[in-house]
Amino acid sequence: MATLEIKDLHVQIETENGPKEILKGLTLTLSTGETHAIMGPNGSGKSTLAATIAGHPRYEVTSGSITLDGEDVLEMEVDERAQAGLFLAMQYPVEIPGVTMTNFLRTAKTALDGEAPSLRHWTKDVKGAFEALQIDPAFMNRNVNEGFSGGEKKRAEILQLELFKPKFAVLDETDSGLDVDALRIVSEGVNRAQAANEMGTLLITHYTRILNYIKPDHVHVMVDGRVVESGGPELADQLEAEGYARFEQAVAAGA
Amino acid sequence: MTTTDNTTLGAESPLIPGMGEEGEKLTVTQATAAPARRATQGVDSRGSRPVSRELSAFPVLTGREEDWRFTPLKRLQGLHLPDGDEGRLTGAAPSVTVSELEGVRVETVSRDDSRLGTVHTPEDRVSAAAWNSFSEATVVTVSGEVSAPVRIDVVGTGTEAAASHLKVVVEANCRADVVITHKGSAVLAQNVEFELARDAALNVTSIQAWDAGSVHVSSQQASVDTGAHFKHVAVTYGGDLVRLTPTARFADERGEAELYGLYYADAGQHLEQRLFVDHNRPNCVSNVLYKGALQGQDAHTVWVGDVLIRAEAEGTDTYEKNQNLLLTDGARADSVPNLEIETGVIEGAGHASATGRFDETQLFYLMARGIGEDEARKLIVRGFLNEIIQKVGVADVEQELTDVMEAELKIASL
Repeated sequence: MATLEIKDLHVQIETENGPKEILKGLTLTLSTGETHAIMGPNGSGKSTLAATIAGHPRYEVTSGSITLDGEDVLEMEVDERAQAGLFLAMQYPVEIPGVTMTNFLRTAKTALDGEAPSLRHWTKDVKGAFEALQIDPAFMNRNVNEGFSGGEKKRAEILQLELFKPKFAVLDETDSGLDVDALRIVSEGVNRAQAANEMGTLLITHYTRILNYIKPDHVHVMVDGRVVESGGPELADQLEAEGYARFEQAVAAGA
Repeated sequence: MTTTDNTTLGAESPLIPGMGEEGEKLTVTQATAAPARRATQGVDSRGSRPVSRELSAFPVLTGREEDWRFTPLKRLQGLHLPDGDEGRLTGAAPSVTVSELEGVRVETVSRDDSRLGTVHTPEDRVSAAAWNSFSEATVVTVSGEVSAPVRIDVVGTGTEAAASHLKVVVEANCRADVVITHKGSAVLAQNVEFELARDAALNVTSIQAWDAGSVHVSSQQASVDTGAHFKHVAVTYGGDLVRLTPTARFADERGEAELYGLYYADAGQHLEQRLFVDHNRPNCVSNVLYKGALQGQDAHTVWVGDVLIRAEAEGTDTYEKNQNLLLTDGARADSVPNLEIETGVIEGAGHASATGRFDETQLFYLMARGIGEDEARKLIVRGFLNEIIQKVGVADVEQELTDVMEAELKIASL
């Protein structure tokens, strides 16, 4: 079992008006095999958390720690974090002109494993993943994310999740912009990856809809850069019924 | 009205991190309604440049001319006939070899053959020098089904200023892939004409793979008839100085022109491309994308994209873009898109230019998938260049060019 531990994390970004603190002491522990849902209103810092775990250079950690089985994640370069088993499914996957999916997937897999995948197995795995996520095999020869629809980009992220087999996956609003069929296909992909690899999942979302497909063990409510309440799946039901207002008022009253 | 952008980035300029940004000196004025014809008649309009076979129409160059201001004339090795209009380019012309294919007729003709010059008329002094100097021309005519790409190899063996003339005709309803490869050593002024009859399709790739020290000034003009589709891909990486002026004009309505280009300049090289899409007929479509990579001290590239939508060219749809990637310090990329619009009754007209280092968001994405920084950068550069290579549409040529770019990338200190 592996553990991803986030302790009292403070993160700021540079803005035109100087630095702005987004995460204000966030603490969260995630073990392999577990699914944690992080829910919160716009601007609560959910995507900042995701980007900080992956090591996006725009986000500056001012204090606190992220460790993976005791190893200091914040000391690692972006690629080293991925090699250590962290995967971020991005909210806005980036288009890379001129780099085909086939080339990209093989290059990344080679970098993650430290050796080229055996051609026979790899071709079969890739083909299987495309089929499972109902992505047109013609996309293998398309450039990474280029000209993909919003839904296709999200499917391509989950395709990578299945092929790269990370220890921990952070899904940053993977459900946004998906219709109900795509949501089901994408969710099944996440569930397969979890079952196959004992993956730990950090599911970041606005909406409870995806939780009908991916069952969380733990639900955390995030408001203003902190986790303000944690509970079981019943907390999601409560949010569905009541919204975030109660938590936001509590934070405002405390501030 | 004239719409002009100016983006110049070089050794002394700060680098823009990321390719997604427009140049600093961006100024745009857009014609919103149909103005008078004044622009084509004014001195600044692209349409007002002299067009002639006579050398005297193009005075001896001073380097201050608008269309020569970026070109180091001293390095032209006499192709511009600096000593006056009596001079000629008398060096041995490069050999021209054309693959033998059914449906393709290849002829070597004398300079008075009536087919020469029907599409091409010189628009600058070097082109006029070439027109007045060549003795024999090659005419390639596609008149049937062609099963394979037509390979035209232009091989130079001399360093004396020479002239060459080539014409490619694609007859009505025919289509062909043509690959023109320039290699060896040469100091060459060249005119190339492409004639596309009704509903013809020509996919031509012009590769400038010259040996070091070569000089090549090439004016390549196309005439696109109704329903015809012209695709021109210019790939330049060899030679000391290469200056290409691809031009597309329409013989009738509903023609299409795609102009693509890739240039890779190493230390000291001057690679210049000035294209012109003359929307002189209604309802035609054009798309332009040129990409450049530069590395090394005094690597210099120039891209000037002139698109003119004349008053009669209603229903025009055009877009042009140039992107440059500076891989090292000391290199300089000039990028000037010029869009002139004389009628407001068009489908669309756009232009963009960007010069910079890497797209950091792309770098982050690749690294977040475990790919190391060096490899990610190379992948991005390769991808940047591949976007043009993928336009070639001839598998073995795409592979050749990919290998060439791999070799160039190895030189880069990424």
